[in-house]
Amino acid sequence: MGLDFTVIPKYIDIILLGCLWTIAITVAAALLSFFGGIFFAVIALYAPAVIRLPFRLFEWIFMGTPLLLQLFLIYFGLVQIGVDLPAFVAGVIGLGLHFAVYNSELIQTAILSVDKGQMEAARTVGLSRGQALRKVIVPQAVRAVIPPIGNNMIALLKDSALVSVIGVSELTLSAQRAIGASYRPFEFYILAAAFYYVINLGMEWVQRKIERRIALSR
Amino acid sequence: MDFDLMLRVYPFFIEAAGITILLSVLTAFLGLACGALGAAARLSRFAVARFVGAAYVSVFRGTPALIQLFILYFGGPQIGIQLDAFQAGVIGLGINAGAYMTETIRGAIISIDKGQKEAARTLGLSRWQAMHKIILPQAARLMVRPLGVNLNMLIKATALVAAISVVELTYTAQRYIGSTYKPFEMFLLAGILYMIIIYVTGRAVAWLDRRVQIN
Repeated sequence: MGLDFTVIPKYIDIILLGCLWTIAITVAAALLSFFGGIFFAVIALYAPAVIRLPFRLFEWIFMGTPLLLQLFLIYFGLVQIGVDLPAFVAGVIGLGLHFAVYNSELIQTAILSVDKGQMEAARTVGLSRGQALRKVIVPQAVRAVIPPIGNNMIALLKDSALVSVIGVSELTLSAQRAIGASYRPFEFYILAAAFYYVINLGMEWVQRKIERRIALSR
Repeated sequence: MDFDLMLRVYPFFIEAAGITILLSVLTAFLGLACGALGAAARLSRFAVARFVGAAYVSVFRGTPALIQLFILYFGGPQIGIQLDAFQAGVIGLGINAGAYMTETIRGAIISIDKGQKEAARTLGLSRWQAMHKIILPQAARLMVRPLGVNLNMLIKATALVAAISVVELTYTAQRYIGSTYKPFEMFLLAGILYMIIIYVTGRAVAWLDRRVQIN
């Protein structure tokens, strides 16, 4: 069976819809992973040991096992405990938590590298510890790690292909549907790869813009 | 927590972990070979080679590894490439990992001071001699730790071949989740084995890193 790219227009609607879902899941999971990452970083650094130690274990498990396995756990595990979430939500939670752990690692390092004097000065002018963290320390730390977090978000886009295995109709699963109808795997997977590549380029462009803005505001 | 069930099925997980290890080892070697070639291309004197190297890195890092595997395994037969799932897994993941390793190896090489190369050339060494007697031995020391990070990612990425039905650790876990409806137990079994593999690999990389440092 040779190649025949002329079959593509017939199924382009499915693929484009899949692109939109991929973008939606990437944005939703990226937001979750960003704010989750900040939250996790603060827990890992400042929570009392009873919370911190189990949390470290959780972090260690998430960094030491494959995302695909985690997605199976979340999707089927939630069903088992009676929470029947749509696949999309399970996918966002899985991707979001996975990358929140990676973002948290970055943010922890950044928080520790913010000068100690900042905390002392904030406390001296009457801010509580929580206020000092929220208004002084974390904003500076987060700004410093925007570039590596951007790299994590681009990795997240590519890993969003994995949620096809739990049945989210994003780009990869849409390509599979088109293949099921047309028996043209090579053509549609190449097409999907091309779309991922374009979205990826778009994200890199946005990342460069944001980095430039941060550099200017310093 | 159903420990009886876990005790009953764990031998299958151990066996599957063996496949995951085999996949990781083969993929790592192929990835290193691709990475070395890619880095050589990216640092070449010839613009065509540099372009090919840059395109390789950009395309393979810019698209999902899962899609790359699918193109090779499901699309391959259309262009005359017939591979079984295991072969497709090793080749697909190896080429993908090679793109990341290209950047690691290249990064280490270009961080060696330029003066080293100039001095070697002044002393009459050829370009190749300067590279492999002066630059590479120094760069190799810098590569160990970041290649260890690549290796860690690669081990976790072997889970993707579950999607083309290679019976490794994640596929085994998925199958038992489906047949027993005990996701937590199955995750625990597979997760512990993954973490052992990653922990041992991490220690080995740290040991190697200490060995190659000069101080």
